Amino acid sequence: MKVRITPQGREIEVTGVRTVHGLLAHLGVLEGTVLVIRGEALLTTDSQLADDQTIEIRSVVSGG
Amino acid sequence: MKCTRCRDSAELKLRAHNAAFCRTCFFEFFERRVLRAIERGRMIEAGERVLVAVSGGKDSLALWDVLARHGYATVGFHLALGIGEYSARSREACQRFASERGLQLEVTDLRAQDIAVPDLAWAARRPACAACGTAKRHFFDQAALDHGCAVLATGHNLDDEAARLLGNLMHWQTDHLARQRPVLPPPHPRFVRKVKPLFLTSELETASWAFMRGYDYVVEECPNAVGATQLTYKAALDKIEAASPGSKLFFVRDFVERGAAFFEKSAADRSAGVCTSCGQPSFGEICGFCSLRAQLERRRAARGETRRADG
Ligand code: SF4
Ligand SMILES: [Zn+2]
Ligand SMILES: [Zn+2]
Repeated sequence: MKVRITPQGREIEVTGVRTVHGLLAHLGVLEGTVLVIRGEALLTTDSQLADDQTIEIRSVVSGG
Repeated sequence: MKCTRCRDSAELKLRAHNAAFCRTCFFEFFERRVLRAIERGRMIEAGERVLVAVSGGKDSLALWDVLARHGYATVGFHLALGIGEYSARSREACQRFASERGLQLEVTDLRAQDIAVPDLAWAARRPACAACGTAKRHFFDQAALDHGCAVLATGHNLDDEAARLLGNLMHWQTDHLARQRPVLPPPHPRFVRKVKPLFLTSELETASWAFMRGYDYVVEECPNAVGATQLTYKAALDKIEAASPGSKLFFVRDFVERGAAFFEKSAADRSAGVCTSCGQPSFGEICGFCSLRAQLERRRAARGETRRADG
């Protein structure tokens, strides 16, 4: 699947990951520090993913 | 995952609250918590106008939206900091947000006054964030007075407050600890009350709310935030929160309810006078902002030039 990481704007290809939980573990991202977005919806950690999808991982952290 | 309330399919899990929400139930949960914080803290009295400091980020826009939706008389105030592209985008986001909702937005542009944040920081030989904080305090207070607002509301969220609390404790900043409260009464009759209605609302919640409500907010960070110690504290707290959900909420809420009282004495020793230069409340003869501005003028004069951030 295509994974866009914002706000950094990085785009990476990830395969073989089946759930949001697995994707976050793969990326080394802590649950609760990002939104996991597919289309118009947010996904919870148990949501199923497929390789033909596009996912946005958006940081929730504000600084300064 | 199912919504804890209605058993519909959930879009968001909040481990700190041991709950999962569908969109409809989350909207209700979110607004109710913000409104309850306002009521419990007696943050805004009936009929008071509220100046909402909006940066263009998710937190302050969410706060403004909730206040306006619930009938509070608000004036949005955006301080354009003069930090390159980031400031341009932030200002646009605020203007778009306001015009889409028919809200009143006031903008003060530091660059137009030749006192952009990078210039102030250069003059003071201090980190940008220190100069920025001084400018924000000054202009937020000034704007509240100018627009007849008795209250200044900012979008500081639970994570901001937890990170600040950790930082203040790490350095035993007893003065700062005394003033780190979600409702700060004015230390001088000319000052306004300062409130943080989102202090128990996490940034996961504000980000989810902003996304679900279709905000076009500025997701990117200010370039000066990179490497800021605040972010180091946030990262540490995120790890604690992951291991023990609800820790941040407990940390901040119980500090406010039980811990803060231990530090109050040191704040009571400080009562404000008035700045002889700008007329705003100040703890010295000249307020922090006016002395910063004077420093900039002196450094510019010494160099015989007008330094600009982009030049
Ligand atoms: S990161 Fe620093 S300079 Fe940037 S807006 Fe925040 S306080 Fe100001
Ligand atoms: Zn529900
Ligand atoms: Zn002054």
